[in-house]
Amino acid sequence: MIPPLIVETALQRGLDLLAVTDHNATGNAWAVMAAAQGTGLTVLPGMELQTREEVDLLCLFETLAQAQAWQAQVDQALWPLKNDADHFGPQFLVDAAGDFVAEEERLLQGPTRFGLAEAARAVRALGGLAIPAHIERSHAGLLGVLGLWPPDLEADAAELSPNLRPRGALARYPFLAPIPLITGSDAHMLDFIGQVVTVFVLAGPPTLAELRLALQGQAGRRFYVP
Amino acid sequence: MIVREAVQNLNLTILAGTGPLDQEVTGGYAADLLSCVMAGAAAGNLWITLQTHLNVVAVASLLGLAAVVVAEGAPVPPETVEKAREQGVVLLSSPLPVFETVAALVALGIHGRGT
Repeated sequence: MIPPLIVETALQRGLDLLAVTDHNATGNAWAVMAAAQGTGLTVLPGMELQTREEVDLLCLFETLAQAQAWQAQVDQALWPLKNDADHFGPQFLVDAAGDFVAEEERLLQGPTRFGLAEAARAVRALGGLAIPAHIERSHAGLLGVLGLWPPDLEADAAELSPNLRPRGALARYPFLAPIPLITGSDAHMLDFIGQVVTVFVLAGPPTLAELRLALQGQAGRRFYVP
Repeated sequence: MIVREAVQNLNLTILAGTGPLDQEVTGGYAADLLSCVMAGAAAGNLWITLQTHLNVVAVASLLGLAAVVVAEGAPVPPETVEKAREQGVVLLSSPLPVFETVAALVALGIHGRGT
């Protein structure tokens, strides 16, 4: 999954927009953004944060500065453990060509000390989008772990796993009706990039402001899951 | 067996819901995934868990559980305690880990669905 191959695969599959959301980490986002420079692909820097309830939360930003400000907060909330590369695999940081830059030694796996509602508030305060990931999964999905939509959670949308569509989700969980439901590929390997998509109908380049309007169905912007 | 007897025997701390301690305990259930609890626990059960999110109160209230027992003295956020007070949900804390808490309750004669 080196940056040039991510970009090439995304373009081959007709994607216009993707977000890089490593687990509790944003360190590789810049490299994918750089690899996409001059192509038609927009890359958003982001993170899949795991909260202390063991719920995964997608945190999407527009600029690297926002992502870095968020990373600084997450760094304070990581458990002070070292990665065991034999067990979890090595955690490489790479450049735009995919060449080795450094190895992240802190353990990125597992939960942070951030509470879900608190994390979503902090992401949005930085101007980002907070979107609980693969919500129906029993492993680290909001509904699997917490059963119901938490009354104190303010999120911009909720993401469904590739095998679930909004209609199916609403049949199982009618209380999701007020929440914008998107699907994401959650691609951990090149093959899965673009396996499902969400289409955003925007009035300009895919800024977070445009995406936010589309999620809310405002000002002529909208989104749908094909 | 009523909730109060379990509180006394296991030295549980009452975090919320001092009122309804006379409710009869119908059995026990232990899990941290709230989706499992919603499917598996029954009215009047004691629920033993390490999960302390606000939604614990909603699930306990929805199912009519006798009490929630937070194991291993896990810290409970103030908003969860406050919500339990509001909703009259009995919220207890056990110093013992989940395994030992369950074992002690079984020794008192509280059982799960199949036992």
